Amino acid sequence: MTLLPILILALGTYGFRVAGPLLSERLRLSARVQDLMALATIAMLAALVATSTLVAQGGFAGGARAVGVLVGAVLAWRQAPFIAVVVVAAATAAGLRLMGMP
Amino acid sequence: MGKVDRALVRDVGAVALAAGVVGVSFGALAVAAGMPVWMAVLMSVVVFAGGSQFVAVGMVAAGGSPVAAVLAGLLLNARHLPFGLVVADVLGRKWPMKLLGAHLMVDESVAFALAQRDPERRRAAYWMCGGLLFVGWNVGVVAGGWIGQTVGNPESLGLDAAFPACMLALLLPSLMAPKKQEEVVAGADAKATKARRVAVVGALIALAATPLLPAGLPVLLSILAVGVALR
Repeated sequence: MTLLPILILALGTYGFRVAGPLLSERLRLSARVQDLMALATIAMLAALVATSTLVAQGGFAGGARAVGVLVGAVLAWRQAPFIAVVVVAAATAAGLRLMGMP
Repeated sequence: MGKVDRALVRDVGAVALAAGVVGVSFGALAVAAGMPVWMAVLMSVVVFAGGSQFVAVGMVAAGGSPVAAVLAGLLLNARHLPFGLVVADVLGRKWPMKLLGAHLMVDESVAFALAQRDPERRRAAYWMCGGLLFVGWNVGVVAGGWIGQTVGNPESLGLDAAFPACMLALLLPSLMAPKKQEEVVAGADAKATKARRVAVVGALIALAATPLLPAGLPVLLSILAVGVALR
């Protein structure tokens, strides 16, 4: 990775970020469209969770990561503190790897 | 900041801390992928979008071209456009604040802002979450870069499991109907059921598309899951 792709990614990302506030002065969105955008956001976040849990470099990421995330998910569902969810998920994956799970 | 209560500060603090932990993971992975620490930090300051940073660095590390990596990262960040339409009001009317606030637009700050009803609290939650997250994320990346150089393999610390767990914890509340009496609004149950269905279908679409499409696209394609809510 070199500097140029990083800067292009940064500029493009900022463009997406600033476009919403700029456009919103010109167009008013209906409640229905706003609801659908919220659902689209949920779909993308869920997709992000699924792929970053199970996939690494185009293949299966291994059992340790998946179990780690699963343990984190149970904690989150039981409404454990946010930081506990993240730390326990990481610790579980690390522990399983220590025991030889890929 | 008068409208900000302790609970909000505590929750935002926890999220910023978690972002720091994920930042550690990014810093360590970037260094493991052969990036100098200063470049990983610069990327985190100017891009400030964790998912796209992981994807871009991961793709280049796996032998992908930088062009594909940038495109995948941009695809992943395209969601900030609809985000911006939703949270435009919290950025205020002054130009410098608008331009600065836009850079703090991340999944978490948007989620926190949307969770507040009162407009003033919305604004406070957005700016506090975005600001603290920016600090937490970048401090984490510096630490991770250092750890990556020292420890070597961040996977041995399980840091790769931190990011999905973090996103899931943030996503979960919008998939469940509020339990507290005063928050029960008409249709909240139906709304949560719809959100769950969209989330599951979105995840399945992305997983099914992963072997077929370049990274970034499957996540964007998951938007199609909104279709199940249209009926």
